[in-house]
Amino acid sequence: MTKQNIVIIKYNAGNIRSVNNALLRLEQEGEITADPEKIIKADKVIFPGVGEASTTMKHLNETGLADLIKTLTQPVLGICLGMQLMGSHSEEGDVNCLGIFDEKVKKFQLPDPNSQNLKIPQMGWNQITDLKSDLFDVSLEGKYVYFVHSYYVALGSDTAATTNYIHPYSSALQRDNFFATQFHPEKSGPVGEKILKNFLKL
Amino acid sequence: MLAKRIIPCLDIKDGMTVKGIKFVELKTVGDPVELAAAYADQGADELVFLDITASHEGRKTFVDLVHRIARHINIPFTVGGGISELSDAEALLNAGADKISINSSAVRNPQLIDDMAKNFGSQFVVVAIDAKKEETGNEWAVTVNGGRIFTEKRLFSWAREAEQRGAGEILFTSMDHDGVKQGFANEALAQLSDDLSIPIIASGGAGNMQHFKDAFELGKADAALAASVFHYNEISVPQLKEYLRKEGITVR
Repeated sequence: MTKQNIVIIKYNAGNIRSVNNALLRLEQEGEITADPEKIIKADKVIFPGVGEASTTMKHLNETGLADLIKTLTQPVLGICLGMQLMGSHSEEGDVNCLGIFDEKVKKFQLPDPNSQNLKIPQMGWNQITDLKSDLFDVSLEGKYVYFVHSYYVALGSDTAATTNYIHPYSSALQRDNFFATQFHPEKSGPVGEKILKNFLKL
Repeated sequence: MLAKRIIPCLDIKDGMTVKGIKFVELKTVGDPVELAAAYADQGADELVFLDITASHEGRKTFVDLVHRIARHINIPFTVGGGISELSDAEALLNAGADKISINSSAVRNPQLIDDMAKNFGSQFVVVAIDAKKEETGNEWAVTVNGGRIFTEKRLFSWAREAEQRGAGEILFTSMDHDGVKQGFANEALAQLSDDLSIPIIASGGAGNMQHFKDAFELGKADAALAASVFHYNEISVPQLKEYLRKEGITVR
């Protein structure tokens, strides 16, 4: 694959380096920046993140990144908190999000009785099914990817992958040029690498 | 369904794996990155690197090593050993660690758990607890310094406190079972799993494949960690996963 101009949006959230490490393993490299000019010009934009929704949204609104991200026209990939922030609203801090997707973000509630000893956060490897996006291909149906999250995106018209934890939810979303995964492709072994490659091919 | 996790643990001294590991054919004897990559290829779900170096120079070597691990390994990994301040954790986060584990330092200063969770998120903070069963009753004494020093803390109440302070996972090692290869401390594990709503990692006692099955079924553990059975190739990760799958346990 030829070298692409990939931007990883820099904001007040952790886990940004791991995404770039994954790109380096694919012989690509992302530039970690918050510069609007560079973000607009990029071939691909990655919006990663681990953090708290309401403080992060406040930061994105104050810096103008919120408005910028919504208007991007190249392929954009939100990861984990990045995906949740692209939804319409999050229960984490009761905050309105970017609204790129219509789906809402809710907190997992343990079933009662909790006969299977389920835990919050969901931490570990779970399967992606009902795949419906160019991010995926048939070889990825039912494969395991790595998740760490306490909040989830409900199923909806933008759902591009479904995972079952406590109940089925959206483990990936897509609308037009906006793609998002709740799981961490950068930490999901060869399966995650395939998904990142598919994104880079868009 | 969420899979049960299998976690090989690597002890690191001065940036190298400790001597005697005869797992697979490695080009560089003692290179943790090569060993970790081999485990990742075999289907290990996560890795833990424990720094057992005491010296200041060794610490710096370890941070450099974490950089290399993060660059080359495509599964999550936890690092532990000698983390006693926020700045230690921050250096490891910046080097690319997905999680840190704290043990003695959290016992001595429980506020450290709150501070780390607040600064880096609960998902980053694994609280490791080494405990020994008391001779009478159902209580376990929390120990520090590799089981050498007994503390006033008790396993179940300390684990609950760690959860309340913001721990994302508990890594429980039974000092009675560690190294004995007679299975994990399943009763205590099950009680932890029932008491807490965060994931529990079982550690100490793996000797055969059934021990892992028991840790998941009887001990209700979310993950199981082992070192020597993997390093000395007594059990391989693919063989273990195949066995667990046949026994009806969800694995990746």
